[in-house]
Amino acid sequence: MGELNFKAVNVKSLAKNFGKVKQGGGGSGGGVAALGGLSFEVDRGEIFGVIGPDGAGKTTLFRILTTLLLPDSGEARVMGFDTVKDYREIRKIAGYMPGRFSLYQDLTVEENLKIFATLFNTTIEENYHLIRDIYEHLEPFKKRRAGALSGGMKQKLALSCALIHKPEVLFLDEPTTGIDPVSRKELWEMLRRLKKQGITIIVSTPYMDEASLCDRIALMQDGKFLRCDTPSAIIASFGKNLFSVKGDKMGAMLEGLRRVEGVSSCFAFGNSHHITAEKDNGTKSSLTVTSLKAHLESAGFTDVEVTEAEPTVEDCFMELLSK
Amino acid sequence: MKVIEVENLTKRFGIFTAVDNISFSVERGEIFGFLGANGAGKTTAMKMLCGLLRPSAGKGSVAGFDINRDSDKIKAAIGYMSQKFALYEDLKVWENIRLYAGIYGVPEREAARRTDALLEELGLSHEKESLVKSLPLGWRQKLAFSVSIFHRPGIVFLDEPTGGVDPVTRRQFWEMIYKASESGITVFVTTHYMDEAEYCNRVSIMVDGRIAALDSPALLKKEYGAESMDDVFRRLARKSVNGGL
Repeated sequence: MGELNFKAVNVKSLAKNFGKVKQGGGGSGGGVAALGGLSFEVDRGEIFGVIGPDGAGKTTLFRILTTLLLPDSGEARVMGFDTVKDYREIRKIAGYMPGRFSLYQDLTVEENLKIFATLFNTTIEENYHLIRDIYEHLEPFKKRRAGALSGGMKQKLALSCALIHKPEVLFLDEPTTGIDPVSRKELWEMLRRLKKQGITIIVSTPYMDEASLCDRIALMQDGKFLRCDTPSAIIASFGKNLFSVKGDKMGAMLEGLRRVEGVSSCFAFGNSHHITAEKDNGTKSSLTVTSLKAHLESAGFTDVEVTEAEPTVEDCFMELLSK
Repeated sequence: MKVIEVENLTKRFGIFTAVDNISFSVERGEIFGFLGANGAGKTTAMKMLCGLLRPSAGKGSVAGFDINRDSDKIKAAIGYMSQKFALYEDLKVWENIRLYAGIYGVPEREAARRTDALLEELGLSHEKESLVKSLPLGWRQKLAFSVSIFHRPGIVFLDEPTGGVDPVTRRQFWEMIYKASESGITVFVTTHYMDEAEYCNRVSIMVDGRIAALDSPALLKKEYGAESMDDVFRRLARKSVNGGL
């Protein structure tokens, strides 16, 4: 056991290598560790988001924290317990929902839930209040085999199973991947309610727009955290000027904008393009709304709209990737 | 010329109607976004269009072939890429390309020539002999897309091609889609990223097996008085009665 003021998660120089090139490294054979020496903490009661693309190392990190995988070096503690020495303790207090559906497909909804409750020496009734919101949607189908549920329903069942032993820390590995925007929103509302019950939530996602729903986030790529902070602090440290541009020929405009002097990057962002420009002397860039608009109009684009834009976490992630 | 044209397409599984009497068409060179909540019937509809599933009712054609009678011809005439499976990881880059070229009947010499040109264009010439599993995921997805249109199909079906991909690669991927569409290839794409719906010429949104809306992103936003496609999607999906079951 650690000191009294332990964090929900405390990770020091955590490293894991699978011995062969997994990815990253520009494809030139440069090996990248699955986890390259991570250090971070998660406070109790926080929603902590690990945000990054496939292959960033999110699942490796989750599997070490849930005691399912041994690290090569470094240490990790969950509620003060060491993931290697005290793994039995962690298994009692942690809930884990893996990215891949891992329930018993041939058992019914209710049987799956009952197994999890029994394994943890509890009953569905005892902790029903924790899962009521989620399980209510499933109750009409409790006699259906888990394998016959739709994607969204499977997620709800998996979340119910991860919660039924009243965990102190909940690990959710990509709970919203492949889920439509409406169901994603529903799931996040459930997480907010669980947070109110005092459960610490560590959640991973490849969707950048979910960052703002977390208290703090880590932007992860190639086994490393590019940044770890509150979403607003990450946005505040963006460091470049950002413009949003619309016009009549969006495809051609993308190419056109990349040729404008002073433009450091230009990417499509839904119905507009986002352009970044270096700040001169750390204040304003030589590019302005007016000069960009003039550039585009002289290049023959019409209906040009240029505005200064607030960066999103996705802008920040892309900026960090380019470094 | 229409590359897809279906009328009253329906698929029933027992008493459940997964696709309920849909009719629409897609023009040559169009980027057509096919959206819908989980369980709305997208996958079932797509399988019928690709010749993998027989419709219960309705008629139509894809790439000029009848979906009820010529499903094998459709399979040969289209390209297909899914997020879940795209390339054989234990084969080399060139072996993957050659395998697909062989399956789709591209003559060997022509395939060799196109392989070199393709790798050059992707900046992957030096990786020709590498195993696919040694490539970064983003590169694999770009390669998978190129392979799916290697036989120059009239239309390519992309099933969540950018799921889990980093935000820079996701955008580079869309620039490849634009290029393909400019070269005349019709692109039929599903995605859960609503910003990507904005990159489509037209978008259809399925709710409970039916097409609830179909138009350009600009007109859809106007019609629903919405700021973004995300808004449009939420408004429509909320009307679902079966909640994706």
